[in-house]
Amino acid sequence: MKRLLKRIGALALCTVVFAGSTMVTCAKDRSYTYNYDFWEDVQDSPDFYTVGEVYTSKDFGLETRLKAPQGLFVRDNFVYICDTGNNRIIKLEKEGKDKFDVVQIIDEFYGIENNTFSGPTDVAVNAEGEYFIADKGNSRVVKLDKDLNFMLEFVKPDDSTLDEEIVFQPNKLAIDTAGRVYCISTGINKGLIKYENDGTFSGFVGATRVSFDWTDYIQKKLATQAQREKMVSFVPTEYDNIYMDSEGFVYACAGSLDEDALRSESADALRRLNLMGNDILVRNGDFPIYGDLYWGEGGGIKGPSYFADVTALDNKVAICLDKNRGRIFGYDDQGKMMFAFGGNGGIAGYFRQNAAVAIEHIDNELLVLDQLDCSITVFRTTEFGETVYKAMKLFDDGEYDASGEAWTKAMQINGNYDLAYIGIGRSLLRQEKYREAMDYFELKYDEDNYSKAFKQYRKQWVEDHIGVIVVVLVLLFAIPGAIGKVKSIKHEIEIADIFKLQ
Amino acid sequence: MKELFMNRSSWQRYWKSLKFSMYCITHPLDGFWDLTHEKRGTYAAANTILILTLIARIAQLRFTSFVFLRVYWEEINIFLYLSSILFPLALFVVGNWALTTLFDGKGRLGQVYMATCYCLVPYPLIQFPLMIFSNFVTVDEAEFYTVINGLSLVWCALLIIAAMGQIHEYSLAKNILFMVASLFAMLVIVFILMLFFSMISQGVAYFISLGKEFLFRL
Repeated sequence: MKRLLKRIGALALCTVVFAGSTMVTCAKDRSYTYNYDFWEDVQDSPDFYTVGEVYTSKDFGLETRLKAPQGLFVRDNFVYICDTGNNRIIKLEKEGKDKFDVVQIIDEFYGIENNTFSGPTDVAVNAEGEYFIADKGNSRVVKLDKDLNFMLEFVKPDDSTLDEEIVFQPNKLAIDTAGRVYCISTGINKGLIKYENDGTFSGFVGATRVSFDWTDYIQKKLATQAQREKMVSFVPTEYDNIYMDSEGFVYACAGSLDEDALRSESADALRRLNLMGNDILVRNGDFPIYGDLYWGEGGGIKGPSYFADVTALDNKVAICLDKNRGRIFGYDDQGKMMFAFGGNGGIAGYFRQNAAVAIEHIDNELLVLDQLDCSITVFRTTEFGETVYKAMKLFDDGEYDASGEAWTKAMQINGNYDLAYIGIGRSLLRQEKYREAMDYFELKYDEDNYSKAFKQYRKQWVEDHIGVIVVVLVLLFAIPGAIGKVKSIKHEIEIADIFKLQ
Repeated sequence: MKELFMNRSSWQRYWKSLKFSMYCITHPLDGFWDLTHEKRGTYAAANTILILTLIARIAQLRFTSFVFLRVYWEEINIFLYLSSILFPLALFVVGNWALTTLFDGKGRLGQVYMATCYCLVPYPLIQFPLMIFSNFVTVDEAEFYTVINGLSLVWCALLIIAAMGQIHEYSLAKNILFMVASLFAMLVIVFILMLFFSMISQGVAYFISLGKEFLFRL
C-alpha cells in the first residue's frame, strides 16, 4: 500500500511534467542475506545464518544413495529422512557438532501383511519413539511402535462430503502430544485431516480462505457457460506442509497461491492454526508474510515465493523455506521479517529451483533437505544471528538491561537492522527510559511502541510540571478577564457624570 | 512601485483585505459576494494566502509527527510536491473560468483566482496548529487528527462551491452543475496537456535524430 502510494504520487506528476522521458532502473547485486526496511526497500545484511556443512549419502555412509527424499523430521538429536525414492526411512543421530551417524534404516515393519512402504513422504516421531509414517503410495498413515511393530492405520476419511473417487494420498503429517494426527493429502483441499489418537477421523480443520472479489463476480456473471467452465474455480488451495510447534499449534504453509491474492492479502502463505483450525498467526509486520516482496522474472523463475516447508524455533521464530528461489525467510513472533537469505544455484547454501523441500531445526541450527541433490544442508547462526536470538531470549526472560545491550551489539553489527532499534527501544521502555525509547521507535517508524512510550512520557511530564501548567492556565483565563475588567472600569469612569467637566 | 510600498493606505487596504478572508470563511455567501462586488479582496491577500498554504504543505512534511505522516525523503521533490497544490489550482481556475465565461458567468479570470485562494484559508489556518497538535497525541487519539484534518479539506471544498456561486451570480442548481462541469474541464485540460507534451517531445526527438543523422553523414 505504501509502495503503491509512493509510486502513484510520483507517477502522476511524472507523466505530466516529464512525459516522454524514460526512467532507467538497474538491478543491483545484493548480499547473501538481506532484509526489508520500513519502506520495503531491500537492505543488505551481514549473514544471519551461514552454511555449516552439506551432507550427502556418502557423508552418512549409506550403501544405497538417497533418492528424491521428501520428508525430514527432528526429535531431540535424531534426524529422520524420508527416502521416498527408495521406500525407506533413515534414522540419523547427530554426534557432536558436525557429525551424523546412521542409526537405523527402516524399510519394513512387523505385524501386518502389507509391511513395506510405497513412496513414504513424511515421518513424525512422538516422545515415546512411536513412528507415524505417511505411506503415500499405499494410501495410509501407519503408526508403529519403537520396535517397528504395527499399531494403527489411518486411512481415507469416512466423510460424505469427500469425493468417492479421490485416492487418499497422505503427503505431510504432524502429531500433537495427545497422539492426534494432522495430515495433508494431495487432492483434498478442505483443510487438515484430523484423526483422534485411536485412528478415527474427527474432521477437517483450518481450510484455507477462498479468495474471491467483486471483479471475479462480475466476470463470472458476464461469461458464457463454456467460458465459465474454463475459469479457475474458486476452491481453497491445499496446504503444502505443516509443522507442530512446541506449544501445540500447527504452522501450515501454502505455496501455490495466486499472485494477486497474495498481494491483496486475501490469501495467506503461512498460517498458525489452533485446535479449532483458526488462524492465530500474529501479523504485526510492516508487510505481509509471503517471503520476497519483489519477484522479478528471469532464468525461468518467476512469481512469488513458494513456501514448501516451515519450521518454528522454540522462541516462536517461524522459518519458511521457499523452494522456488531456494531461499529461507525468518519471521519473529510478531510477524516481522528477521532475515532472508539464499538463492538459486549449485554452490553450498544455494538450491536449484524446486530442490529444497523440507526444513527442520536442531536448536537454532537449520537443516534443509534438497530432493534433487539428495543432500542435507546445515545452516549455523553467525555472531549476528546468535546475538539477535540472545537478545530476544533475554527480553522474554525479563532481563531488559541485558537484552538492550545485546540488541545494541546487533545494531553495531548491522546498522540497517530495524528490529535491533525497536528491540533497544522496547528494552528502554521496560526500563522506564521513555524519552530515549521514543527516539529509537521514531527512527524505525514503530508508531505503536512509540505511542506507548510517549503516553508514559507525557504523563510523567504533566505530573512533573503540574504547578507550572496550573499557573499558566489560570493566567490564561485570568489575564484577559482582568484586562476586560480594567477596561470596563475605565469606561465607566470616563462616562461617569461626576467627572464630567462642567 | 516605490509609492505602492511606501504608501500607508495601500498597506492598510492589504491588511484589511487579508482580515476580510476571516469573514469570508465564516460567512461565505455574504463574504464572497462582497469580495468581488464590493472590491473588498486584493490579489496581494490572495497571493499571501496561497503562499501560506504552500508553506503549510511543506512544513507538514517536517513537523507533523511520524505517527500520522511518514515521509520517504529519498523521493520527495519539493517542486513536484508544491505543484500538487499549484497544478490543480491552476487547472481549476482556468477550467472554471473557460467554462463559465461561455455560460453567463460574471466572474473574470482574476476574480476566480482570487476567490479560490480565499477559499484556501481554512487549510493553513487548521494545518499549522494541527502540526503542533500531532506531536502531542498517541495512536489511540489519532481519530482527532484525522477528523480535524478532513475538516480542513471539506471546509475548503464547501467554500469553493459557495464562492463560485457568488462570483458568477449563479443559482444553486446551476452552480453545482458547473462545479461538476469544471471537474470535467480540468480532465480535458490534462488530456490536452499530455497530448501536447508528448507531441512536443516526439517533435524534439525527431529534430534531434535528424541533427544526429546530419552530423553523422557530414
